[in-house]
Formats: sequence, structure tokens, C-alpha cells
Amino acid sequence: MQKTLVLGVIGADVHAVGNQILNYAFTDAGFHVVNLGVMVSQEEFIEAAIESAADAIIVSSLYGHGELDCQGLRDKCDEAGLKGILLYVGGNIVVGKQPFEEVRQRFLDMGFDRVFGPGTPPEAGIAALREDLADR
Amino acid sequence: MRAILLIDFGSTYTKLTAVDLSAPRVLGSAQAFTTVASDISLGLEQALARLEAATGHIQYEARLACSSAAGGLNMVACGLVPGLTSKAARLAAFGAGAKVIRTFAYQLTDEDMAQLARIQPDILLLCGGIDGGNSEVILHNAARIASAPGDYPVLVAGNRAAQAECVRLLEQGSHPVYTAPNVMPEMNTLNIEPAAEVIRQIFLKRIILAKGLGRAQRLLDGILMPTPAAVLKALRLLSKGTGDEAGLGDLIGVDLGGATTDIYSIARGEPASPTTIMRGLPEPLAKRTVEGDLGMRYNALGIQEAVGAAALAQLSGQDEDAVQAYVVHCDSQPETLPGDETQRQMDRALAISAVGTALARHAGTLERVYTPMGPMHEQRGKDLSQVRQVVVTGGALVYAMDLQQIMEQALRRQEATALTPRQAGLMVDRGYILSAMGLLADTHGAVALRLMKDIIGREEAYAAV
Repeated sequence: MQKTLVLGVIGADVHAVGNQILNYAFTDAGFHVVNLGVMVSQEEFIEAAIESAADAIIVSSLYGHGELDCQGLRDKCDEAGLKGILLYVGGNIVVGKQPFEEVRQRFLDMGFDRVFGPGTPPEAGIAALREDLADR
Repeated sequence: MRAILLIDFGSTYTKLTAVDLSAPRVLGSAQAFTTVASDISLGLEQALARLEAATGHIQYEARLACSSAAGGLNMVACGLVPGLTSKAARLAAFGAGAKVIRTFAYQLTDEDMAQLARIQPDILLLCGGIDGGNSEVILHNAARIASAPGDYPVLVAGNRAAQAECVRLLEQGSHPVYTAPNVMPEMNTLNIEPAAEVIRQIFLKRIILAKGLGRAQRLLDGILMPTPAAVLKALRLLSKGTGDEAGLGDLIGVDLGGATTDIYSIARGEPASPTTIMRGLPEPLAKRTVEGDLGMRYNALGIQEAVGAAALAQLSGQDEDAVQAYVVHCDSQPETLPGDETQRQMDRALAISAVGTALARHAGTLERVYTPMGPMHEQRGKDLSQVRQVVVTGGALVYAMDLQQIMEQALRRQEATALTPRQAGLMVDRGYILSAMGLLADTHGAVALRLMKDIIGREEAYAAV
């Protein structure tokens, strides 16, 4: 059965190009993509995931404020009844140059299932999705 | 001459408009009290006699009607997320000319079911989930509604993947079941016209009989739609025109009544600037909203609750106690007419507040957000700030001595974020022909457009903030 992804760029971030590339790549890979575009709030991700019965929420952030924007997303998903929904985040998700392993750990602690750094090709996300959604 | 008779069964008056299609021109109009409690055809016959007294006997080739008598069309809308499919369901019901008594979101609870049992709507619209999306909640709700008391029809217009199962569940209950395509087939994509059309069909087939309006059937060819649906059709035609003749472009309709305030907009309302980003559900080109808590009489108290007694006092130049006493008086005695200048001032304040509040709720908002790329704007709903034409209908405004000031104040009292017009030419539906023209819109669009332009299309005043 076709898997549904909710895709968007979180917060006050207007980087639209990467979002379009991911939309294209995920759709091409056979996923049903609900693309919310740029400047998406946590609530919009959650509401879209409820209406579409999504299997995963894919959050992009390019402008460095991702850490602030993403805090509490997992808790709100739990609260909204989206228990166990797959949460991915990727992009330039923190300010400045920080060791990526530390960044990854911080986002994992926030409740994300996968964390992707700058320059990750779409194929890496697609492979991860296939693996994580295989037994769902 | 090719005469056609157009009838509007209103809650108070039955209004007739006779039109000669070949000229085209209005042959005459007349009204009489609606007699829904006894036999609705009595009022119609009386109005017909008055019309014939003025025009002489006319052989009509068709007699078409719309109705908001017997309380109009009352609906309950059910969806999943409040800002998504619940809102889409509301917009569909409004577009079909209904009053939405209550909107439910998520799973229907015991308390919701108790409310529903009390409300007994004319039609319940059941939505939820985009196509292929969530089906759990709509199935849960279908099962609950199946066991709800009453025999009101249920229209299922939700997730396509759950539709057959919803119908199966509902057919085990006492409610007739209808279906329409999903009101929100994809995320943030509205598809409300098909559901609105099925609502109109149900109205035609069942509601008219259920409300005792069937007795009028022998005098006419059909009650085609609820009156607000006819008004929406007329305004859409006036705005967009026909294939051969251009319309007037973007416009807003305001209908201030004794019980509700209806706002119509025929405009795309898309962002005016490239630094503005749309958020939330896109809205339909022809949008109608009904404020069931704002009315000059039955809901005068609702107006006071919405804006506060202090604001009414300031607008009317009276003290708060006097305002509150008048509001309570109007609410309990809806036939009240303003007796003196003081009461006229308070009616004026009520009108300004009702129209201002209803416009604010109908129009979208624009908020500035600061991003690392500089300031941007987020728009929710329709941008009506550039709309320059307002069509006014409904007795409270049509007969107002100071319509221009009322509209100006209503436009001025908006928050800075409101995307309401800052200035607009006012057109007035003095002959109450909008609903009649809506009845003609599908079959004789060119005639209806011509007559509306001739009779309503003249700008009577200009309101600017």
C-alpha cells in the first residue's frame, strides 16, 4: 500500500527550492506526498498528518532556527493521537558550525526518528523511509 | 411577452417579482405575509392578487420559487480537524444556502450526540479525511449517527476510501443516506460544489415537504433552492457576467437581517504581494458566511456580546444602561421599530457592529512575520481589501437613512490585520430582486444580468475609511 508523507519547511523559513526537490523525489519514489510548502507551523504538520493518516512527517529547515522550531513537535504529535508517527528532520537545522553527531543526538532526544545533515541527497531519505516503513 | 413569475418565501414576507423575459424588464412586484403556520399558499395567493391588481392578469410560462421560510435550511456539519475538513464542511453548507447550527470536529462524543438529538437539523453533512487519508474518525461518527434519534437525511462527503462503509453503517439507522464527492479530496484543496448541489437536491426532494411548504407546489413549478443559495447565484452572475456580457468584477454582498447577518464575496482574494504567503485552507471564489449570533432583533443580544455594550454606547452616543435596556427589549420583542431618534441611533450602532463583525469574520487576515530573509506576511482566508463594490440587501440596511455612514463605520472599525475593503461603492437591492435573479441565473442568465445591472448596478454612495 502507498505510504503517505507530510512534507514542509518549518517555522519562518521560506526556502522553497529544496522543498520542491524533495516533493519531486519522494513522489517519484512512489510515496503519496502531502506538501505543505514553506513557513509551516507545527500545528499545520500535525493537522495535515491527521487528515491524511500520514505514515511520516518530514521536516525541513534551512535557516538555522530549526532547533527552536522543532522543540515539542513529538509531544504535540503524541497529544494529537499520532502516536509513533515517523518524524524526520533535515537541512541546516542548527546555528553555526557544530559537530553533526551532537546535533543529531539533540534532535533524536527531541523525539525525531532520523536526522539528516546538510547536503544529504534525497535518495538517502528515500532509503531510510523504505527501511523504516517496511514493517508498518 | 414571455412572462415568468419568481417567488421568494421569506421568513416574514412572500415576495413576488414578475419578469418579462423578452424585453427584458420587471413587470411588477408585490408581497404579502408568509403564512407557513396555516397554509403557505394563502400568503402566495394574496401576494398574487396584489400583483395582478397592479399588472393585470398575466399568463406565466413558469413560476419558480426559493424559500427561507419555516426557519430556512438548518444544518450540522461534521469533520475531522477544525481548520480543515470541518471548515470545508461548513463552507459547503453555507454555499448551499444553509445556516450551520453546529459544527463538530474529531470523534462525536456523548455530549455531542446529546446536542445533536436536541438540534434535529434538516440535514447533517458528514465529512472527514482527505481521499485515502484518515477513515477511523468518519467511520466512528457514521456509526454513532446511525443510532442517533431522528429521520433527518445524512450526506456523506468525506474520505472516498471510507464512503461505502459509512453508507453501510448509516443505512442500519433511521436516516436517509446521500453521498457526494469529498469536500476536501486533497490537503488544502476544496471541492464543495458537488456537495452543495446534493444539499440542494435534498432540499428540493425532502425539506420542502417536511416544512409544510409542499402545499404551494400546485401554484408553481418548484421551490428550487434556499433563498441564500439564490442570492449567491445572483451575485456570482453579477460579478462574473455571462459568456457574452461582462460582469461588474469582484464584489461583496451584505445582508443584515433580524436574525442573522450574511456576507457574500465573489473574489479570488489572492495575496496582493509576492512577500505574502498563504496559510490554511484556500477559500472558494463564491463564498458565503452566516453569522447566526448577529441580527438586528432576534440576535441583538448576540451583537452586544460580540462587540460589548461600551462600543454600542460609544457608537450611539447613549449611556451603557440605555443601550443594554434597548438590546434586551429588541431581543425579546423582535417586532420593535425604533420609536425616536435615540432608538434610531442605537439601531444604527447595532447595524454598524453587526456588519463590521460579520465582515471581519468573513474576510481573511494578514499578519507580519519577521524572518531571517526580512519581513514577510502570512495571509489566512481571502484578501478583500481591494474589492471596491458592495451590494447591500435586507431591510435593515436597504431602508437605513444613513447607509453610507453605517458602512463607513463598519469598514473603519476593523483591526489593522483585517483584509476588509477600506473603501467601496455601495449598490442597494431596493426591489429585493437578488433572490429572483438567482432563480433565473441558470436558465436565463443574460436576462438576469441585464436586469441586475439596470436596477441594482448604480452606485448610490461611496464609503471610504
